[in-house]
Amino acid sequence: MTTHTFKPDMPPPRKSVGAVAWMRANLFSNWLNTLLTLFAIYLVWLIVPPLLSWTIFDANWVGTTRADCTKEGACWVFIQQRFGQFMYGFYPSELRWRVDVTVWLAIIGVAPLFINKFPRKAFYGIGFLIIYPLVAFWLLHGGLGLENVATSKWGGLMLTLVIATVGIAGALPLGIVLALGRRSNMPAIRVVCVTFIEFWRGVPLITVLFMSSVMLPLFLPEGMSFDKLLRALIGVILFQSAYVAEVVRGGLQAIPKGQYEAAAAMGLGYWRSMGLVILPQALKMVIPGIVNTFIALFKDTSLVIIIGLFDLLNSVKQAAADPAWLGMATEGYVFAALVFWIFCFGMSRYSMHLERKLDTGHKR
Amino acid sequence: MKMVKSTLAILTAATILGASGFAQAGATLDKVKKQGFVQCGVSDGLPGFSVPDAKGNYQGIDVDICRGVAAAVLGDASKVKYSPLTAKERFTAIQSGEVDMLSRNTTWTSSRDAGMGLVFTGVTYYDGIGFLVNKKLGVSSAKELDGATICIQAGTTTELNVSDYFRSNGLKYTPITFDTSDESAKSLEASRCDVLTSDQSQLYAQRIKLAQPNDYVVLPEVISKEPLGPVVRKGDEEWFSIVKWTLFAMLNAEEAGVTSKNVEAEAKGSKNPDVLRLLGADGEYGKDLKLPKDWAVQIIKQVGNYGEVFDRNVGAGSELKIERGLNALWNKGGLQYAPPVR
Repeated sequence: MTTHTFKPDMPPPRKSVGAVAWMRANLFSNWLNTLLTLFAIYLVWLIVPPLLSWTIFDANWVGTTRADCTKEGACWVFIQQRFGQFMYGFYPSELRWRVDVTVWLAIIGVAPLFINKFPRKAFYGIGFLIIYPLVAFWLLHGGLGLENVATSKWGGLMLTLVIATVGIAGALPLGIVLALGRRSNMPAIRVVCVTFIEFWRGVPLITVLFMSSVMLPLFLPEGMSFDKLLRALIGVILFQSAYVAEVVRGGLQAIPKGQYEAAAAMGLGYWRSMGLVILPQALKMVIPGIVNTFIALFKDTSLVIIIGLFDLLNSVKQAAADPAWLGMATEGYVFAALVFWIFCFGMSRYSMHLERKLDTGHKR
Repeated sequence: MKMVKSTLAILTAATILGASGFAQAGATLDKVKKQGFVQCGVSDGLPGFSVPDAKGNYQGIDVDICRGVAAAVLGDASKVKYSPLTAKERFTAIQSGEVDMLSRNTTWTSSRDAGMGLVFTGVTYYDGIGFLVNKKLGVSSAKELDGATICIQAGTTTELNVSDYFRSNGLKYTPITFDTSDESAKSLEASRCDVLTSDQSQLYAQRIKLAQPNDYVVLPEVISKEPLGPVVRKGDEEWFSIVKWTLFAMLNAEEAGVTSKNVEAEAKGSKNPDVLRLLGADGEYGKDLKLPKDWAVQIIKQVGNYGEVFDRNVGAGSELKIERGLNALWNKGGLQYAPPVR
C-alpha cells in the first residue's frame, strides 16, 4: 500500500508575517494611523531621552550632602540620605526593627491564606485578624516591656500603611453592616444607616480630619487631648465605611430575588442566608468597586497633613524644607509617586487575581 | 503668619473661650514641671524656623525658643516635645491646652493678641514681605517694579499686602498665584514672572532652590510689618513672663557679650554687674520668675544667646545667610531690645 505523504506547508508570504507585517497592520494601516504613529514617535523622542538622562544618566547617585550633586540630573542622594525618614518618620532609629518585624509578621501571617490546601483556613484567618492587630499595636506603640514610642513619632511610609490598613480593616466590616442595615426591613435601623451613610458621604475627608483636629479639642475639657492619630483613624474608618457600604449595597441589589427566596426556602434565617448565600456572591461581584475605594483611601492618607501628621508624601515635603536640602522637592515627589504607584498597582493586580480565582460563571 | 485667617476656628474659639474662661495663673508652669517637658507647637516645616533634620531633631529659631524655655524651667533644653501644627490648627492647639506654648512664625497682630484669648510674649524675628528679582532686571528698589509680573503664593496675606502696596504707590502689576513655594520658585527660574514675593525670611530659602542663586537678589524694601513671636494663653501671667524673659535673657546675653562658650566663666567672674544679675550670681531675680537661680545660665549654655541662635539657624552660619537687618540689637541699628534684669 502506498502512503501518501503531504508536501510540507509553504511558509506564509513574507509580507503577512513578522515585524513588518505587524507594523503595516497596526501602525501604518492608513494615512491617519501613519500620521498618529509618527506623531507618537515624535512625542516619545521629545520626552523620553531628557527624562532618562535626568533620572538615570545625568543623575547623582553617590554622596552625602547637596554639594555632592554636581551633575545636571536628579539628586538621588537626597532620597538616600533621608530614606529612613521617608520609611519610618521619626521612629527612633534603634527601635525601627520593631516596624520591620510588624511588617514581616503581616507577610508571614497572611501567606498561609494564599495556600489553597491550608487546613482550617477560616479559623486561621479569623484568629489572625484578632491576634495580629494586638501584636502589631504592641510592637509599634510599645508597653509591656517594650519602650513606648508616641504616635507623634510615627511617620513616612509606615504611617501611610498604618492608616490605610486600619482604615481598610475597619471600614470593610462596618461598611457591610451598614449596607445590610440600609436594606433592612426595620425602619429604625434603616433610618440610622441611611443617615449615617449620607452624612459621611456628604462631607469631604479633609473636613472630617480638620474637624477632628481643630473643633474636637475645643469641646473637650481643657488639657485633655486625644491622640491625633487615633482621631484621624476614627475619621478615616467612619468616612470610608460609608463608601464601602454603598459599593456593597450595589452588590446586594444585583443578587437576583430567587437567591433570597431559595435561601429562605432552605429554612435559613436572616443571618445565615446573608452569610452563606447572599454576601459571598455579592462581595465577589463588587471586588473591583471595593478595591477602587481602597486605592482611593491609600492615596487619601496624604490628607493627614492637615492635622500635622507626616505620611510618606508629607515626610518628603518636610525633608525638602530642610535648609540643607532646599530645592530637592522634585526628586522627593518623584520618589513618593513611585512608592504610591507600586502599592496601588499591587492592589489592583491582586484584585484582578481575586476576581479570576473566585469567578464562578457570573461573568458574561 | 500669613495664611488666611480661619474665621471659623476663630469664631468658635471666641465663643468657647468666652464660656469657659481663661487659663489659671501658674497652671502651665505646674503642668510643665509635673510632666517633665514643654509641649511646644511648631511649624510643619519652615526652613530656618522649625524643620526636622535627618535624625528627626527639630532645628530653627522657633524651636530654639522652646528649647530655651525648657532649659530655664527644667534645666534641660532637650526636654521639649514638638507638635508640628498647620497654620489653621495652631490657635486651637494653644487655646485647647494641647500645647503649652506656640512658637510657630506667627505674626503679632491686634486681633490675635486681643481677640483670641492669646497673648504674644515678644518678637523673635522681625519679618516683612519682600521681593526676589533677577539681577538682569537691574532693579534696585521695589518702586521700580511698575508693570512687573509677580509670583505670589495663593491664600496668604501676601496677596493683600502686595496689592495694597502697588495701589498706594500707583504702580501696575500682574499677579500669578501658585499653590506652593516650590512652584513659584520654578516659575521665577523659567522667567514666567519677574519678581517673586513672600516673607523676606522665606525669600532666602526660595533663592537656594534656584539653579543659579547668585543671579538673584532680595530687594532691601519690606512692604509690610510681620513681627513673629511666641504665643501663650491669656490669664497665666507666670508662664507668660517665663516665655517672655527667655527671649529677653538671650537678647541681654548677646548685648553683654555672653555666649554659650563663656557663660560659665562669666557667671563666676564677670566684672559687669548686669551680667552677674542676669546669670544669677547677684540677687534673686530668678525667684521672681519662679525659676531656679541659674535659669539664664542654662538658656545661654544649652541654647545660646540671640546672636548665636540667629546665626546658626538663618544667619551667616546657616544655608540661608540672612542679614541681621531689623533683627540686629538696638545698639547696632536693629530693633531687638530687651529690658534689663534688675
